[in-house]
Amino acid sequence: MNSADPASDQNFFVARRSVFPKAVDGPFRRFKWLVMAVTLAIYYITPWLRWDRGPYAPDQAVLIDMANRRFYMFQIEIWPHEFYYVAGMLVMAGIGLFLVTSAVGRAWCGYACPQTVWTDLFVHVERAIDGDRNAQMKLQAAPWSAGKIARRVTKHGIWLAIAVLTGGAWIFYFADAPTLAGQLFSGTAPGVALATIFVLTLTTYIFGGLMREQVCIYMCPWPRIQSAMLDEKSLMVTYKGWRGEPRSRGLKRQAVDAPVAYADMTPPPALVPTGDCIDCNACVAVCPTGIDIREGPQIGCITCGLCIDACDKVMAQVHRPAKLIGYTSVADTQIAMAGGTPPSPLKRLMRPRTLAYGLIWGGIGLAMLFSLGTRTRLDLSVQPDRNPQWVRLADGDIRNAYTVKLRNMESRPRTVEVAIAGIEGGKLWSETGNRDGAGTTVKLVLAPDQVAEARLFVAASANGPEHADIDFSVRGLDVEAGGATTGSRFERPDDDNDKEGE
Amino acid sequence: MADDLKPAPGPRVDAPTGTSTVGHQWDGIEELDTPMPRWWLLTFYACIVFAIGYAIAYPAIPLANSATKGLLGWSSQGDLATELAGEAARQAPIKLALAQLPIEQLPGNPQLLRAAERGGKSAFKVHCVQCHGAGAAGSKGYPNLNDDDWIWGGDLGALQTTLINGIRHPGNDETRVSQMPAFGRDEILQKNEISDVVSHVRVISGQDKPSAAATRGAALFEANCAVCHGAAGKGNRELGAPNLSDAIWLYGGDRATLTTTIVNARGGVMPAWGARLDPVTIKMLAAYVHSLGGGEANPVVAIAAAEPEVTSQ
Repeated sequence: MNSADPASDQNFFVARRSVFPKAVDGPFRRFKWLVMAVTLAIYYITPWLRWDRGPYAPDQAVLIDMANRRFYMFQIEIWPHEFYYVAGMLVMAGIGLFLVTSAVGRAWCGYACPQTVWTDLFVHVERAIDGDRNAQMKLQAAPWSAGKIARRVTKHGIWLAIAVLTGGAWIFYFADAPTLAGQLFSGTAPGVALATIFVLTLTTYIFGGLMREQVCIYMCPWPRIQSAMLDEKSLMVTYKGWRGEPRSRGLKRQAVDAPVAYADMTPPPALVPTGDCIDCNACVAVCPTGIDIREGPQIGCITCGLCIDACDKVMAQVHRPAKLIGYTSVADTQIAMAGGTPPSPLKRLMRPRTLAYGLIWGGIGLAMLFSLGTRTRLDLSVQPDRNPQWVRLADGDIRNAYTVKLRNMESRPRTVEVAIAGIEGGKLWSETGNRDGAGTTVKLVLAPDQVAEARLFVAASANGPEHADIDFSVRGLDVEAGGATTGSRFERPDDDNDKEGE
Repeated sequence: MADDLKPAPGPRVDAPTGTSTVGHQWDGIEELDTPMPRWWLLTFYACIVFAIGYAIAYPAIPLANSATKGLLGWSSQGDLATELAGEAARQAPIKLALAQLPIEQLPGNPQLLRAAERGGKSAFKVHCVQCHGAGAAGSKGYPNLNDDDWIWGGDLGALQTTLINGIRHPGNDETRVSQMPAFGRDEILQKNEISDVVSHVRVISGQDKPSAAATRGAALFEANCAVCHGAAGKGNRELGAPNLSDAIWLYGGDRATLTTTIVNARGGVMPAWGARLDPVTIKMLAAYVHSLGGGEANPVVAIAAAEPEVTSQ
């Protein structure tokens, strides 16, 4: 590049600009504490909940059993072929995010996203070790000393400890938690568990401790998608510039505000065009992503609301109305700027778009619940032998063979009966039985929570259609009964009545 | 159009962001030359370092005839060999148990029987499908192993014997042998007599209604065929004489084929597999064939003879 080119004067790559969020208290901060406590509690406690399923199934309430391909969630057990429930849950999660975003903007980013929760946790650790914003900035600028090294080692040590615990908790979802915990302490845990802990430790430490807002700004696709999900009625954290501008502070403000006695708590007369913003930068200081909300909506804003808490405090001190920064929508902004009174936020939530999302979300949920409630836990699939399609027996009858897979999805052994229907004079027997004395049913004992495979034979007269429909059904012989029916084919020789050679 | 063709304004510093622009513009839209985050560059370097390490550790660089081996010496064929060795180790105790267990006792051990059937299915695809077909359904002259009609017997022991010694296998003294006379070629029966016998066989197999020719044939059958096939044509497994009264034909039950059979006789050959396959594989093959649907129960005698061995184990 040409040296005269101004672009060549700048660096192609820039280091992260450190963010030192200042501590703040207020309703949004307390809400964040609450969400953090709840989400972390769910994350750490869930694998340790027990749920009695009898002797043939694990007693862990939530368990993703990869080895046996089962997913347990309280009384629900999902088999691989029922994966559409998981797909449905993911669809619900997606629609739910659409719903939340169109209603209250990037609430997910600000409060519930794991990146936000863990970053928040790491920031608090940093504050406990290094002090608040100013102390942290001072420490970073200070030359290396024993004290600084000690603080840094302590901070990163605690971060790493949290990271290890984060990765360590994750693996308990995939194996029996108490057993795996025992293995971890005795050093006999499987390698894949240790590798998972290692990788998650690394990602937690790097994302939560070192990269923080960079994950949201550069790596996460969700802020971009949300930009498209927001509309003029979505709630966003907004700096109400028509109230705040022109901002002023210090001597300049003293000059224009001089005639006003603040002590009488009356607002300053509108003699000079000064806005409510006193340019104290409190909103910038507390921002965990280091942005200035006064520049307007931007991709770096995760709408955590901490700037609202900070600004409200300042507004109270300078006797101005609260919510110079607050949750509002573009539409409400326009109403407010025109001097009107915006409708209540609750009214804003009830609009066709959010209602449609809500209905879709609820509809999928109800459909899944209905299908969960009515699904069979005893199922079969039938595959007829294709080579040979039929076998002629010594007495001239025709025999077909079928591979029948029986799914006993209950956590207990079951005695079931497989029956055929639709073939006149058809006889059914299993590999261990024989044709003599065969009827139209076969009794089988199925192992708990497993797929059983049985080879079944059906014999019938050679007189009949070349391709006949045959129904296989299975039903439980115990109290719960239940079962399923599936269709297959019974094949006979082509044009059977024409004897060979004639 | 003229606006579009205006020369680019050149790089300039964008006031709100303080970032330089790239310098070009389309319809007045300019592009900021925002610097990449440094960690992205470091990640890129880390990937390069990893790739170099990977190329050293694993096979990577193609050469004229092969590729670099890599320091770790890994190969996909090595992985396969490990897997095969593991599978062989897993099968070893099963094979040992099969070797020690007389085949008649196999049904008493369902787990081992299932394993034997699975092994037999694989071996069948290698050694047997050439004649008997992939589905063991056979073809003209090659018996269908799925049905319930057996010339030499369909219980596990009989199947094993057939597999070991074969049928009419030259040079094997134990091989199963039957020799039907060539009634026509050797002029034992005249043409019209053969036709009458064919009529009779068509009647006892339920394909034709009784006729004068069939009645004549019955007497000829009694005199020439019944000694092996039995008076009713039910066959005799001791002699390997097929049942002529059932619906199953090895060569065909139509007049022309029956005539050819009586004129020239038949004598298919099956290899004696005892010399080519190990006893465990033969047991597995017998178990698989037995499981196809036509397998017969052990003769009562065989079970009684095998009993003491069970207690001695």
